[in-house]
Amino acid sequence: MPNILVFAETRGSALRKVAFEVVSAARALADANGGGQVHALCAVPSGGAALAEQLGKHGADVVVAVEHPAFANYARESVAATLAERARSSRYRAVLVGFSAQGRDLAPRVAAKLDAPVAADATEIRIAGDSVVVKHPVYANKVIATLQLDGPLVVLSTRPGAFPAKESPRTAAVESLAPASDPGSEKVTVKEMQEGGKGKIDLGDAPVIIAGGRGLKASENFKLVEDLAAAFGNAAVGATRAVTDDGWRPHSDQIGQTGRQVSPQLYVAVGISGAIQHLAGMRSSKTIVAINKDKEAPIFKVADYGIVGDVLEVVPALTQAVREAKASG
Amino acid sequence: MTTRLFVLSAVSGFPAFSGFSAVSGFPAVSAFPPFQVIFISACLPGSFVKIAVCLKRTPDSESRFKIAANGAAIDESGLKFDIDDFASYAVEVALQINEKQGPGETVAFAVGPDAVQETLRKAMSMGVDRAVQLKTDASTYDGLAVAKALAAELKAGGFDLILFGKHAFDTSGGIVGTATAELLGVACVTAASKLEIANGKGTARRELEGVAEIDEFALPAVVTIDEGIARPRYPSLKGIMAAKKKPLETKPAQLGQPRVTVKGMELPPDRPPGRIIGEGVAAVPELVRLLRSEAKVL
Repeated sequence: MPNILVFAETRGSALRKVAFEVVSAARALADANGGGQVHALCAVPSGGAALAEQLGKHGADVVVAVEHPAFANYARESVAATLAERARSSRYRAVLVGFSAQGRDLAPRVAAKLDAPVAADATEIRIAGDSVVVKHPVYANKVIATLQLDGPLVVLSTRPGAFPAKESPRTAAVESLAPASDPGSEKVTVKEMQEGGKGKIDLGDAPVIIAGGRGLKASENFKLVEDLAAAFGNAAVGATRAVTDDGWRPHSDQIGQTGRQVSPQLYVAVGISGAIQHLAGMRSSKTIVAINKDKEAPIFKVADYGIVGDVLEVVPALTQAVREAKASG
Repeated sequence: MTTRLFVLSAVSGFPAFSGFSAVSGFPAVSAFPPFQVIFISACLPGSFVKIAVCLKRTPDSESRFKIAANGAAIDESGLKFDIDDFASYAVEVALQINEKQGPGETVAFAVGPDAVQETLRKAMSMGVDRAVQLKTDASTYDGLAVAKALAAELKAGGFDLILFGKHAFDTSGGIVGTATAELLGVACVTAASKLEIANGKGTARRELEGVAEIDEFALPAVVTIDEGIARPRYPSLKGIMAAKKKPLETKPAQLGQPRVTVKGMELPPDRPPGRIIGEGVAAVPELVRLLRSEAKVL
């Protein structure tokens, strides 16, 4: 029965959605192989024990709370050292982290420290005898690779959204653990965190994404996209590369091959032609809506529901209709 | 002798990066004060910055891919290969840092079969001084093995800065740069969208989900480069000619036994064909109905 160690990612002392996904992925992996334990390590400034209830609800048997004031930010060297030390100190089959900005940074560090085989951005994981087999989308999601990792302990990162958070309630025991190195004195220090805007929903967390492209014609028309997102209430705003290159939106809003790769429940493409690089970032969305004046635009080949028309007219009408639909429940 | 002390920017202006516009490559470059460099050779005779850029050769990202007959690779026939996009940003950043700060050296590294020589020549045609191929029979998905080979080679190189792309288009894992830093025991910042080097220290910006992080770090360091930091230059004819005479060294890569192997590759399932439900504002009620009753997202 394999035990799995996961990194439960936090921002400040609050768990992120990806933490529940990775705990759920570990729970499923343990259960599929005879029901080992899932241990969730979190590195927080304080209040680690308070996370046990939420992590236990998603299937963690043990919460390893590592507390230090410097964990208010991502103290990468200490987090990696502590996670690696914990992985070494007990018998684990795998260390799982989310393939978030933080997890992308963390997993290779931990793998190098443990000299363990590592694979990133897994969408499926199974244990097959002495090997661990994962699926990993490569070539910007145009190809799916099946990789085999050989080693008694492997490090994996999981694609956000690929392992939905699932409840598997239990009472998690809490252990506290001292950081393996001083998080207050690292080679890299965080000088500042710049918030992207209060109350803004991140593209990776949003169930609905409204994305705008060049078809909006002018920077100020992006307001129509924001209004539609506001009407949904649970929506984030994204953009094509053309739009971020032109400075209409920040680079961090870019969806596509070289930007964020998203798979929300609903993706509304506003004035987006659907270049292959953009499709690479959103084609795994559950439902795709496209509004574009050119009926030959490639976005209509992937859109479940397409409307051919002027976005400057159609989007305000849709915003109004969504507001009414939401108001009527 | 290599020293690590130099001044890159007199107008640091961090976090506004006002002094960094020449390297950042943002559209509004001309609106910022010019990039200023003070090279204090009087204080530091022989001061010299060595930058390594680790490259990958990947196929054109606009290609349509087919699976090879063995079912465990892509069919490479007809594909065009070049420096991976993110690695090409790293080359540009390295060149700009060394152009601004005076004498220095930029060395490109690539792990792979002889085909990577073409990629290394391309980097040299952009302005990289020399190149090293760490030769393997084929490319691998074992990122840690590649990192070990690079770390073994870079360890004694005396590099102040080692740059990578944040990940490569083909393997899309972002493992090699960070693991190399870890093996070398140096500072590492991943996915930098801005980078400033001054006084033997670096400052970088990282875009996280919904927030940006500003990091400070000591040199030597590994930095992996995100998009938006710099637009890679096209090689000039003169650069292409010069690259033919630049040294390209080939050594065997110390990869060891790979522990991550490709068992299969497949194309993702197609989405059902798209459907146009109507035209203009008149189609909005039908869209709302479908979102409610069929897609159940409203």
